[in-house]
Amino acid sequence: MANLHSTFAGIHSPNPFWLASAPPTDKAYNVNRAFEAGWGGVVWKTLGEAGPPIVNVSGPRYGALLTPDRRLMGFNNIELITDRDLEINLREIAEVKRLWPERAMVVSLMVPCEEASWKAILPRVEDTGADGIELNFGCPHGMSERGMGAAVGQVPEYIEMVTQWCKQYGRLPVIVKLTPNITDIRNPARAAKKGGADAVSLINTINSIIGVDPYSLTMSPSTGGKGSHGGYCGPAVKPIALNMVAEIARDPQTAGIPISGIGGVGNWRDALDYLALGAGNVQVCTAAMVYGFKIVQEMTDGLSNYMDEMGFTSVSDIVGKALPTVSDWRYLNLNHITKAVINQDNCIQCGRCYIACEDTSHQAITASKDGKRHFEVKNDECVGCNLCVTVCPVVDCITLRDLSPGEMDERTGKPVQAAHGDWTSHPNNPMRADA
Amino acid sequence: MHADALTPGVHAGRLPQAQYAHNFCDAHPPLTLAQAKIEADRCYYCYDAPCQTACPTGIDVPSFIHRIADDNPRGAARTILESNPLGGMCARVCPTEVLCEQACVRNTHEDKPVEIGLLQRYATDHLMAHPGAPLFTRAPATGRRVAVVGAGPAGLACAHGLARLGHSVVLLDAQPKLGGLNEYGLATYKTTDDFAQKEVAWLLSIGGIEVRYGVALGREFQLDALTQEYDAVFLGLGLGGVNSIGIAEPQASGLRNAVDFIAELRQASNPASVPVGRRVVVVGGGMTAVDAAVQSKKLGAQSVTIVYRRGASEMGASHHEQAWALENGVHIQHWASPTRLLADGGAITGLEFGCMHMADGQLRATGEHFVVEADLVLKAIGQTLVAQPLGTALELKGGRIVTDAEGQTSHAKVWAGGDCRFGGRDLTVEAVEHGKVAAHSIHSAIHQSIHA
Repeated sequence: MANLHSTFAGIHSPNPFWLASAPPTDKAYNVNRAFEAGWGGVVWKTLGEAGPPIVNVSGPRYGALLTPDRRLMGFNNIELITDRDLEINLREIAEVKRLWPERAMVVSLMVPCEEASWKAILPRVEDTGADGIELNFGCPHGMSERGMGAAVGQVPEYIEMVTQWCKQYGRLPVIVKLTPNITDIRNPARAAKKGGADAVSLINTINSIIGVDPYSLTMSPSTGGKGSHGGYCGPAVKPIALNMVAEIARDPQTAGIPISGIGGVGNWRDALDYLALGAGNVQVCTAAMVYGFKIVQEMTDGLSNYMDEMGFTSVSDIVGKALPTVSDWRYLNLNHITKAVINQDNCIQCGRCYIACEDTSHQAITASKDGKRHFEVKNDECVGCNLCVTVCPVVDCITLRDLSPGEMDERTGKPVQAAHGDWTSHPNNPMRADA
Repeated sequence: MHADALTPGVHAGRLPQAQYAHNFCDAHPPLTLAQAKIEADRCYYCYDAPCQTACPTGIDVPSFIHRIADDNPRGAARTILESNPLGGMCARVCPTEVLCEQACVRNTHEDKPVEIGLLQRYATDHLMAHPGAPLFTRAPATGRRVAVVGAGPAGLACAHGLARLGHSVVLLDAQPKLGGLNEYGLATYKTTDDFAQKEVAWLLSIGGIEVRYGVALGREFQLDALTQEYDAVFLGLGLGGVNSIGIAEPQASGLRNAVDFIAELRQASNPASVPVGRRVVVVGGGMTAVDAAVQSKKLGAQSVTIVYRRGASEMGASHHEQAWALENGVHIQHWASPTRLLADGGAITGLEFGCMHMADGQLRATGEHFVVEADLVLKAIGQTLVAQPLGTALELKGGRIVTDAEGQTSHAKVWAGGDCRFGGRDLTVEAVEHGKVAAHSIHSAIHQSIHA
């Protein structure tokens, strides 16, 4: 079993799998069960300021995008921050941290964008013995209408300001949780860093509407005939989140800031994607809400076996490993040529590759040979686009083959060049360096 | 005397009443919504789908399955019924394991095809339960009249097709109920809840089809008269004759045709009223043999033996059907041919068989014999066309009617389809295709005659 110990922004946890600030971390009962199951840490569901607690709807808080056999692809929620009294939460946080000293206990916070509000709550959290705070600048629904959550996260100046207050008035590591509901994720990340954040976490949920009931023609889910946009998460959002993580990790202005990766982590492979693209750990919510807390055991076991197989001795060995392979498009090697290859022994003759290519791409696959059903790549048409690989239902039946330098590209009739050649120097680029 | 499984002779009521209900319930229960959605999700929506090519009626299988997954079962039913108006019965009786499901690419992938037959049943059952507005409407009336003789799968498909095209159809059938083999020739557990009649009612609901019951070709009407009275005639006569087993048949009780036994059971309001032997022997190797044998077992026979003169791979019953027989406790004796019926006191007591083998590429008797005790012997060695009422009007081959690819016979105004047509595989789905294609062929012939 590989050592999965993780240190994130100075916070230690026995593994890099934390539960995200969300319904599963709303109270001691759940969090104790989570720690019993093996979660490395939790971000306690967002606390608001003292006073009358938040009120949630008593209708559907969740909606989902499901496959026909009802596997959950995307998940939508309109639950607000904790609707329990601040004092109860603080007391329970302290109790749980005492019971589980080696687990990470981070407390999510969302109070009005006023210095006094933040100044008031920070010492209360510190008194619980928590290991850090996470600033909820991300929730896109409900609270944002009141000038909090995503309403703050969408204004870099506010992010910087509040982060500064938290560093000024508190001692705990500050993780700034970012909203993806912006145009360029690097701006809020830069603001967090400027404000002194110890780390950023992302993504919070994406503005979303699940759909419409076809018979009542009302937005679905709805409460009393009306719905409100929610926040979208789950497997469907992972690619969006991965891009944002990589953007921040490779931005010279934020490079090196610890990143907690959030969005659609359901297994060790998902976690690996985040780690390799620069995240220091991951946070999980949807998978736990679908399968229960035990799912973390499959995640830690999978990551451990992978690390043993690969010879990694520490999670930090993986962090950022794939980042140098993420580039701007303009630096991609236009001289590199790939072609799809269909392994005839594995082909089940479904023809999906053919119709996808024929109807929507490059007409580079045959549907018959010698009058028989047969699917084969036409090398003189194939541009290596990967569509056929993507639609083929058989693993490793269609693969992409890299042509070697000197090999003839039947499509262009030219041999493959060994030298790198990208858009920056391409003759068709009017902005090329030597133009 | 109250009979049970061990009572010698041929008796009804061998089982407790509750057992009959269990034995004759749906052999393959329909899919639930959840099962249908999960199964539909397995379909790859293949290009130029092999399952569609394998279907004799060319149903667009990927489309109908996708529509089930899309919460559009009515659209799924339309796709099915457009190609195969008897898609509901075919979903129950098609040997899918040698048709669409054999062609499914999932076989190559995971050795388990998409359950196309059950999905087809799901969609068509949905339509029968929620008919809504008519799926198909008739074209403007052409004023032309077509006689369809025989209301089996071929005749029904042809009548429905012609009615859709705007022709007036007179549908003539010798039986008191329509459906042909769907009504009289299928094992009871294959089509429960009177489905054959529900399907007939749906087919007739298109309108334009006048039904004449209990009238037979050569008895109440003649082919000559039909060809004079109507613009065209379609013959879906089926095979009304039964092959003899080729040995002397003594005047004794306990010897009957399997098709009559199957029909009696289908028409019985309670299977408990149908008599069956303690020991049953079924002679033959086709679907009818399996249906008769399995149902004998389900009626409470102690032992049932199918005896077939060749090996398992030569049997007309598919591998799947043979497995179904074995699963139901039927013994299959291969390589034996009946040589003598044994009777005592006016009742059958057994059947003597000669052992067979292949020698020099020929099926030959080995000279050895054995006897299987039986109080009921069911003959299931194939049916024949009763051609006598056709006179010399039509060209026959192998005892069946010769047609072109569209079903037109040697008589310019007569088409034929289903089992009575030469060169088929005697499948329900094929009969439907014959009827469907013939309807279009008749339509274009009529159209040409109008514009000639």
